[in-house]
Amino acid sequence: MIGAPLIVGVSFAYLGLLFALAYWADRRADQGRSVIGHPTIYALSLAVYCTAWTFYGSVGRAAASGFGFLPIYLGPTLVALLWGSVLLKMVRVSKAQRITSIADFIASRYGKSHLLGGLVTLIAVIGVVPYIALQLKAISRSFTILLGYPEVVMPDPAGEPPLWGDTALVVALLLAAFTILFGTRHLDASERHEGMVAAIAFESLVKLAAFLAVGLFVILYVYDGFSDELARAREVPDLQPLLSTSVGSYGDWFGISFLAALAVLMLPRQFQVAVVEIADERHLERALWLFPLYLLLINLFVVPIAIAGKLTFPAGAVDADSFVLTIPMAYEEPGLALFVFIGGLSAATGMVIVETIALSTMVSNDLLLPSLLARWRGLPPEADISRLLLLIRRGAIVAILLLGYLYYRLAGEAYALVSIGLISFAAVAQFAPAMIAAVYWRGGTREGALAGLAAGFSVWVYTLLLPSFAKSGWLPGDFLEHGPFGIALLKPQALLGVEGWNETTHCLLWSLSANVVAFVLVSALREPNAEETAQASAFVDALKPQRSAHLALWRGRAEIDELIALAERFLGPARARAAFVELARSRGVEDLERLPPDAETVQFAETLLSGAIGGASARVMVASVTEEEALGLDEVLDILDEASQIRDYSRELERKSRELEEATAELKAANLRLQELDRMKDDFMSSVTHELRTPLASIRAFSEILRDDPEIELGERKRFLGILVSETERLSRLVNQVLDLAKLESGHAEWQMEELDLKSVIEQSVTSTSQLFHDKGAAVFQALAEGEARVLADRDRLVQVMVNLLANAAKYVPAGEGRVEIRLESGAGVWRVTVADNGPGIPADDLPIVFEKFRQSAGNGEKPIGTGLGLPISREIIEHFGGRIWAEDRPEKGATLCFELPWSARP
Amino acid sequence: MAVFLIGLMLFYSPLISLFEGTRTLAGVPLLHFYLFGAWALVIVAAVWSVGREKE
Repeated sequence: MIGAPLIVGVSFAYLGLLFALAYWADRRADQGRSVIGHPTIYALSLAVYCTAWTFYGSVGRAAASGFGFLPIYLGPTLVALLWGSVLLKMVRVSKAQRITSIADFIASRYGKSHLLGGLVTLIAVIGVVPYIALQLKAISRSFTILLGYPEVVMPDPAGEPPLWGDTALVVALLLAAFTILFGTRHLDASERHEGMVAAIAFESLVKLAAFLAVGLFVILYVYDGFSDELARAREVPDLQPLLSTSVGSYGDWFGISFLAALAVLMLPRQFQVAVVEIADERHLERALWLFPLYLLLINLFVVPIAIAGKLTFPAGAVDADSFVLTIPMAYEEPGLALFVFIGGLSAATGMVIVETIALSTMVSNDLLLPSLLARWRGLPPEADISRLLLLIRRGAIVAILLLGYLYYRLAGEAYALVSIGLISFAAVAQFAPAMIAAVYWRGGTREGALAGLAAGFSVWVYTLLLPSFAKSGWLPGDFLEHGPFGIALLKPQALLGVEGWNETTHCLLWSLSANVVAFVLVSALREPNAEETAQASAFVDALKPQRSAHLALWRGRAEIDELIALAERFLGPARARAAFVELARSRGVEDLERLPPDAETVQFAETLLSGAIGGASARVMVASVTEEEALGLDEVLDILDEASQIRDYSRELERKSRELEEATAELKAANLRLQELDRMKDDFMSSVTHELRTPLASIRAFSEILRDDPEIELGERKRFLGILVSETERLSRLVNQVLDLAKLESGHAEWQMEELDLKSVIEQSVTSTSQLFHDKGAAVFQALAEGEARVLADRDRLVQVMVNLLANAAKYVPAGEGRVEIRLESGAGVWRVTVADNGPGIPADDLPIVFEKFRQSAGNGEKPIGTGLGLPISREIIEHFGGRIWAEDRPEKGATLCFELPWSARP
Repeated sequence: MAVFLIGLMLFYSPLISLFEGTRTLAGVPLLHFYLFGAWALVIVAAVWSVGREKE
């Protein structure tokens, strides 16, 4: 038996815990050691999206229509993925302009219009107050049900408790107290309430824990696992529709997801925690996935609980909405039931607190204050305004909560309350076109936003709100059935003949269409004015790093004293002075009074004030002080234009200088290369001419001798002629080789490639050089591998190489005792041919040099024979065949020349 | 952004109709697994892509 005192006691204790938590967090914040700097806290605070409607209502929806509850959480999950861009922009802009509510956001963006702010506030209040009533109702009902423990009895809808004994009223007043205490301690220029956020995050954990507890209880304790539960469910024919797994109508599935996706940002409480209360924009990253994770967890057990409820209670006896609470009661778990009650309390109070703060901020800043200002015609009478503002704020909180309570009393069990969740969503969805366009479209104007909001709101009222009244019996129902004045096409829930849609989706379609169309059309009627353009730039370009060009938009004279005095009146003397001191310090000015009364200071003052009284009002206030001159649109555009031109120009400049650097580097490299080539050409020319001159000189000398001396004896003559012949031969050989090398190097040589056997090449070349070896008295040995050595090459050229190597060997071997060894081996994918002689060999330093043009190893001082072009030519040839040629290092043992050629077939 | 589009596809395309019906896995209708599984997948993908952007 859980008595009322116990329940009340526990509830009070819980709320007391919240108070304490909030108080502690606020104290820490004042000391500068914030506790909510952790990204997880931010993500948890977003979970205020899940209210008692989630806690109790999801199960109710699931019991009635299967997975129909899921889109409400899937939509936000998916849209959270986009937060990195959309939400980030909103956060940046809001921080820069000290925007503290949705009304402020929209009003600031579209010309800082009071009218717009007022309209947004009105729509928000009308749409959300019933939602608050729903929370109060949930608390009251769950309390009553729990009182009946261990019997599960539904509260009697007809009987209404007296005013003073009504739990809902008590809770409403308590919540008002909490909200006032932690939401309006002072007019903070940023409107952040650290204590409240800490409490909300804590509540999100509590409600999640309670829900999971029931879920686990059902699956593990009541049944032996989900499959067991399902098996039993299948036995009951009543439950078949629940088990037929389908997501229902696709239109609804998508439509409600879309709606929820919009609502998760447009609901005043969501905007409050997501944009206004955010401590650090880097927290967005974690919220991106943590919030969807939370949604996943809290929905995991909805279906099992729904099925369990239907199995446990006879059909219709117990409201599906209360299953979360009544199941533990039915299974006699008082502790769990109490925990669940607290969970539901958590969910409801979280929503109410944040929503009330958000709404009261809007009401005071965008609804009441502007009309007060209008009454005072600008400047308020001399007094400390900040206290007055706080009073207004607190009054608004109490009023809103009482309104909610009133609605709850009046509506009772009416349809209007039960279905209010989606109806509220649809109301705040009307903000979406204006809000999203605010950060992505430069073309919106004040009238456009007004038109869009008005159109959307009207359609919403007509297609959703009024019908709900009618269905609750507050209005006659025939306009629902037959359309107003009998015009069927205008039936509120089947406009223009669009029949058979779910009412929410239907409303969404028409209201958003009307909204967007009106918004775009009316905005197009005129160009955005100076203020709108400047704000458009600030909003749409919020993510780009930019210097605030709009500072220059202010032109006016202001006395610093007046500005400071103004700030003091609204923020209180201490805070105002502190802010200006900070400004002075950042501008390098010592004295407050010496702050230059220029655009920057004025802008600062305006921003500071808008945190307390809203952007539109702040503007009015500062304008009255500064006697600002209104800027014409042309001037604004010129200023903005210039700024962007300068930006473009400097970017262009950067690019050109970079290109220039690259071009210079390339030129330098090319120059170096050309110089190198020039030098090489000179070397070559001098070598060639030298080589040509030597034999030419001998030819000339001996020819002259023969000509001049007719008496020369025959033997001498023969000798000289022999020399002449050989020198000419040498000369022509040289010329041929030079031409050959030139052809090879320039790639103009002609190759006739064929597959041939290296052995035959070796044989051929040995034969043709045999005379040379015989003359020198040298012996040639061959050590050839077995089988054919097939390679792909030009036969003549390859022979040329072999002959060159052999001729060199023959040149250098000592006379009489020369030994030349030819070896043919198989290597890794190549055939290696080695020609080794026992001549003086090649010194290690000269190993690479021998392959250069006109270089010959001097050996042991003997005059080099030949042209010095043989090896370079051989290298060109071998490398053309894909092989390589080199000299091995074997000092004192004679020269060893090797070359390799790739196989053309495996040996 | 890509994850968002994948999520759209997973939940709002005819893909879902594949999993409807009365087929069960371990006594639990397939749709349950699909919905929550795909949901978890999207979350994991989001974490992964946030981690990648930070690099």
